[in-house]
Amino acid sequence: MRYEAPRAIEEAVALLADAEGDAHVLAGGTDLLVLLRAGLVTPALVVDIKHIEEMCEIAQADGGFRIGAAVTGAEFGEHAELKRAWPGVVEAMELVGSTQIQGRATAGGNLCNASPAADCVPAMIAAGATCTIAGPAGRREMAVEDIATGPGETVLGKGEIVVDFLLPPRPPRSADAYLRLIPRTEMDIAVVGAGVNLTLDDDGLCKDARVALCAIAPRVLRVAEVADALIGSAIDDAALELAAAAARAACQPIDDKRGTVEYRTKIAGVLVRRAALIAKQRAGNGS
Amino acid sequence: MIKDHVSTTINGEPVEFLCDPRQTLLDVLRDELNLTGSKEGCSSGDCGACSVMLDGRVVCSCLVLGAEAEGREVETIEGMAQGETLHPLQRVFLEEAALQCGICTPGFLVAAKALLDRNPDPTETEVRYWLAGNLCRCTGYDKIVRSVLDAAAEMRGK
Ligand SMILES: Cc1cc2nc3c(=O)[nH]c(=O)nc-3n(C[C@H](O)[C@H](O)[C@H](O)COP(=O)(O)OP(=O)(O)OC[C@H]3O[C@@H](n4cnc5c(N)ncnc54)[C@H](O)[C@@H]3O)c2cc1C
Ligand code: FES
Ligand code: FES
Repeated sequence: MRYEAPRAIEEAVALLADAEGDAHVLAGGTDLLVLLRAGLVTPALVVDIKHIEEMCEIAQADGGFRIGAAVTGAEFGEHAELKRAWPGVVEAMELVGSTQIQGRATAGGNLCNASPAADCVPAMIAAGATCTIAGPAGRREMAVEDIATGPGETVLGKGEIVVDFLLPPRPPRSADAYLRLIPRTEMDIAVVGAGVNLTLDDDGLCKDARVALCAIAPRVLRVAEVADALIGSAIDDAALELAAAAARAACQPIDDKRGTVEYRTKIAGVLVRRAALIAKQRAGNGS
Repeated sequence: MIKDHVSTTINGEPVEFLCDPRQTLLDVLRDELNLTGSKEGCSSGDCGACSVMLDGRVVCSCLVLGAEAEGREVETIEGMAQGETLHPLQRVFLEEAALQCGICTPGFLVAAKALLDRNPDPTETEVRYWLAGNLCRCTGYDKIVRSVLDAAAEMRGK
């Protein structure tokens, strides 16, 4: 195995594109090194992207935010403006692992690892985030929800890297929230996770909504039917029950040690309801 | 196997080493540099026994490649005492018996010091959440949490 730590994206792309054999991007390594140590991946080349400045910074851009794919969870939590504008995205990323994992784990790694239970991904999808992908053919932009195709599978081709996430400008009275259920209070993988992002109008009615769920399907899903149940409503009990029912209907989960199909389906409804109420309250408070 | 030549700083001292690109920072510390204070519990990021500081952040050294240390600053448990003088956390852990077998202790101390360096007056809840990635199979955590709070109080008193 060869280790490289280029300083420019083009250099990283060229290294990955020209590699003979299996080549991997190394961001925080909290997924990759576990697999490497267990012998489940045997790359010929590992390309550390943490020395590429553009991938390690959070910037305010075009009224929104540009977050480098190699920014860590700890850095999300320390960024006051990002936290104010996107509390749901930040709380989702901060849920990833322990203090030690937060110092390393990145949002790009969370996305590209393509776990169905990735915590940051539903919040990014609910936020309407897009990402820039750099590859041998140049750069393109894609919606975050279109990156993962199944467990451990993405649309990324040989030599392609996720460079950054773009969070859109925030209309007034907008907020997001992310909730997950785990069997204990810290350090576990989601049984179900729900990200809800809302914009209210001047009368407090829901003008726009995006919702995504994790751990209920082979990949993180955006569920338009849940958003449709909220849009136009006062996010009252009736609308929340319709939203919860839409969430349950979207579930195609598995049975495993963390939860049965029935339990996951039920919890998806509960989390959508609670996350929507938190987002509503935050939006009403003028965040 | 071609080895990587790495220049880094460990506990304030410049250090150079050769490592296999697949070796973790924990392997390098323990097997190449004889710094065996950092422990290996799980090798998968779950237990925190291998905690070290990397450029001022506490991380699991079992999930860092040795090669990644190039040009960076690493601090380990070996750098915590000043000569013969223990850090207050180390002393209070001993005084209040916050350890039994001791395998988790270096990791707890490194992580707890990282907390107190940024928050000298944490609540019990903050201590428990901060240390959630450090596992102890012996003590039941209570004496560890108490010791961190007591050491913090003592350090604020100075
Ligand atoms: C103890 C522990 C607890 C954890 N808890 C959680 C949790 O609560 N929630 C959760 O969601 N996850 C959890 N994880 C999983 C992991 O920490 C996260 O998925 C993390 O966000 C991965 O980021 P990373 O930077 O470490 O990825 P890496 O391990 O560096 O990379 C992961 C994969 O993505 C690829 N990759 C990384 N960045 C890019 C990029 N920019 N472009 C293209 N490909 C890329 C890599 O090649 C690799 O295949 C946990 C892991 C551990 C060890
Ligand atoms: S040995 Fe590193 S976390 Fe357990
Ligand atoms: S004292 Fe034995 S594991 Fe903590």
